Amino acid sequence: MAKLNLNGKTLDIAVDGDTPLLWVIREQIGLTGTKYGCGVAQCGACTVHIDGVATRSCALPISAVTEDQKIVTIEGLSPDGSHPVQKAWIAHDVPQCGYCQSGMIMAAAALLQANPKPTEADIANEMTNICRCGTYPRVKAAILDVAASGTLGRG
Amino acid sequence: MTSASLTKPSRRTLLAGSAAAAGAFTFGFSIPFAGEAKAQALDTVKEINAWVVVKPDDTVVIRIARSEMGQGTLTGLAQLVAEELNCDWSKVTTEYPTPGQNVARNRVWGDFSTGGSRGIRSSHDYVRKGGAAARTMLIQAAAAQWNVPAAECAAEKSVITHKASGRSLRYGQVAEAASKLEAPKEVALKDPKDWTIAGKPLPRLDTVPKTNGTKIYGADLKMPGMLNAAIKDCPVFGGKVKSFDAAKISSMPGVKHVLPVGDTAIAVVAETWWQAKTALDALPIVWDEGENAKVSSESIAAWLKEGLDAPQAVVGNQVGDVKAAIAGAARTVEAVYSYPFQNHATMEPMNATALWTPERCEVWTPTQNGEAALAATAEASGLPLAKCEAYKIDLGGGFGRRGATHDWVRQVVLIARQVPGTPIKLLWSREEDMTHGRYHPTTQCKLVGAFDKDNNLTGLHMRISGQSIVAGLFPQNIQNGRDPVVFQGLNPPGPEASIGYGIPNLLIDHAMRNPHVPPGFWRGVNLNQNTIYLECFMDELAHSAGKDPLEFRRALMKNHPKHLAVLNAAAEKAEWGKTLPDGVFRGICQTMGFGSYVASVAEVSVSTDGKLKIHRIVAATDPGHAVNPAQIARQVEGSFVYGLSAALYGECTVKDGRIVEENFDTYNVLRLDEMPVVETVIVPSGGFWGGVGEPTIAVAAPAVFNAIFAATGKRVRAIPMRNTDLRRA
Repeated sequence: MAKLNLNGKTLDIAVDGDTPLLWVIREQIGLTGTKYGCGVAQCGACTVHIDGVATRSCALPISAVTEDQKIVTIEGLSPDGSHPVQKAWIAHDVPQCGYCQSGMIMAAAALLQANPKPTEADIANEMTNICRCGTYPRVKAAILDVAASGTLGRG
Repeated sequence: MTSASLTKPSRRTLLAGSAAAAGAFTFGFSIPFAGEAKAQALDTVKEINAWVVVKPDDTVVIRIARSEMGQGTLTGLAQLVAEELNCDWSKVTTEYPTPGQNVARNRVWGDFSTGGSRGIRSSHDYVRKGGAAARTMLIQAAAAQWNVPAAECAAEKSVITHKASGRSLRYGQVAEAASKLEAPKEVALKDPKDWTIAGKPLPRLDTVPKTNGTKIYGADLKMPGMLNAAIKDCPVFGGKVKSFDAAKISSMPGVKHVLPVGDTAIAVVAETWWQAKTALDALPIVWDEGENAKVSSESIAAWLKEGLDAPQAVVGNQVGDVKAAIAGAARTVEAVYSYPFQNHATMEPMNATALWTPERCEVWTPTQNGEAALAATAEASGLPLAKCEAYKIDLGGGFGRRGATHDWVRQVVLIARQVPGTPIKLLWSREEDMTHGRYHPTTQCKLVGAFDKDNNLTGLHMRISGQSIVAGLFPQNIQNGRDPVVFQGLNPPGPEASIGYGIPNLLIDHAMRNPHVPPGFWRGVNLNQNTIYLECFMDELAHSAGKDPLEFRRALMKNHPKHLAVLNAAAEKAEWGKTLPDGVFRGICQTMGFGSYVASVAEVSVSTDGKLKIHRIVAATDPGHAVNPAQIARQVEGSFVYGLSAALYGECTVKDGRIVEENFDTYNVLRLDEMPVVETVIVPSGGFWGGVGEPTIAVAAPAVFNAIFAATGKRVRAIPMRNTDLRRA
């Protein structure tokens, strides 16, 4: 039995220690906003925050996660979808099919939290998630919008 | 370990939003191929027509037959209906009718197939008529209530007014009365110049759930008692399962069943998918790899190469006598190009959920063609069609993979038949998805251009050798050895996929060579490689003639004004001919397909160590009518990501009869850091309805390759570009 701190709650999880965090989130905890795309930490659809850092959960065994690490999924990013990144995503109508967008949003939110004024080069370096629909221009524009608004930062 | 609490049945969740179930009224309208004007209700609600539902609170539910996979068709089709309905756009929602309902109602919603960029272009007429008919009936109902002629009444933003008396009624107040009226026999449609909802860059209707994790994809479905399945099909196409040792994994955590799926695949069914996949990976399977076990990319390429000069080929387009033109030429130019297999690589791997009992079989799946999913369900279930249903779920990417074949649906039904009464969710691993695709076909092309002594192009021969998608998927549609779509973008003058050049002697022919790797319709289909072949070679011809690539094309396009206008639009926006910064070079190209005319200009630089940077793309498109310019811009941008991924990296190689690349680490795709600025120029000329999801993919690669030549003097002829060394000594 492992304990996880996820979206502000402590949960007891009984699962094989090799199980990736992604599948614990999706199948044990039942939150499906975090997606499976590749299983080898390539595409970023499974991105969550661990202590504020964007982390690809599909290749991270649950045994490597400790109780005092704070995990946040797309469902926990804001109570009502009002995180500045989510609002910018809606304003720019970023998603197409949307499957990669939970991961995109989590990656963008972590980037902006760590670096509230990213340059275009910073965004290009940090946003390595794959989107097959091709939303990259809108992703970049939305991130730059949040940066310009100054609503995120370490404070 | 069992899963944490399971939420409500997915079917209920999926249907809870149904307007029919919510007790509203629907308006019927007879479309040419629908055998009923007054249909039976969806579920229990009476209705007048299929496309529009108005609830008492004025909410308008618009039924969408096509599938939403990111391309925005849900919003675009709703705009067309709402435009004619004159309803309040802020109160519009949408829902899918089910394939089974369409069958039961004599296909009142027409074709569900969502491919070929035809969501809007082949249903605009009847969905608009559906909206117009509903408006007419709502006005009639109000007029009857007021006892005035309907002609004295008008409707705007879901409010009907009688100007003379100053009275008004909301749509929701007369919906029930309107639902009882006869559908009008004929309705007039608005002139697109009068549009106020259609033609506008409205936000999508489906964005918010995609930003907060609540959007449910097929891979996310949960049902009470559901078990999860992972599958391995024979890695060699055409091979079979020889044996497997279920006892080795039967005691692994969560494992419930180890099942054969047809004679080619094995599935493990477990409590969770991760358990199923883990056990499957540990399962000893012996394959009978069959006759294709020695096939390789090299052996396929050699076979296709033989076709480049083979005496027999099917003619797709012929003008004059190209052989005489080449024989009598002052000089000729020749080149050979090649295009590899490519995987669609949708972000959401193939998946479906099935519940089979001896009485009924239901499937929930992301599909580009609900009716084909239903047919696959019935065929695999052993039950009559009427005892089956398929529920469409929005797709986590489609790109053609989820339309023509429903191999994963067949699999899940074959699994569920062995576990009656238990819902089974089958999800492919990325590795299964990469190695069991329906691939972009592989072809080669030999081009020979003939010039006279005055440097005029007098002849062009394009010999395509290679795979036919139609032969692989619908062999009954091959006519006299001819695949009707293999010549996309190269056809004689006409409304679809026609060549944009007038060349006095022209021959385009195809020597069909079908390797064992299964082909599929891949976003852009044959327009992709055909445009690379033709447009890169036009660039070669222009340079060999010492002419500007734009001027060289223009001289050949005098009788192709729509192609030419779009080419000019791209060139103008890109300021073709104007000096660029040092080290930056341009390339240009154009084509026509899926009903639309497209062109692009790329600006690139290539470092001395061979690294490409694409700075800017200008893409022009003439889709006839532009239903949502904002969505068109997004589709164009996205199509360049798809097209450039294919051009730079996309290649599935074959070794020992199987696909080598298993994941994104070896099947690379474009990421944000490589994304150029894409400027979309929309030049709708009216009078026709073209698609937007695919055409501009075809002008991604040629413009970039032509710009690379301008920068380096090197031609990219073997796609993808990673096979060409761009380093300069």
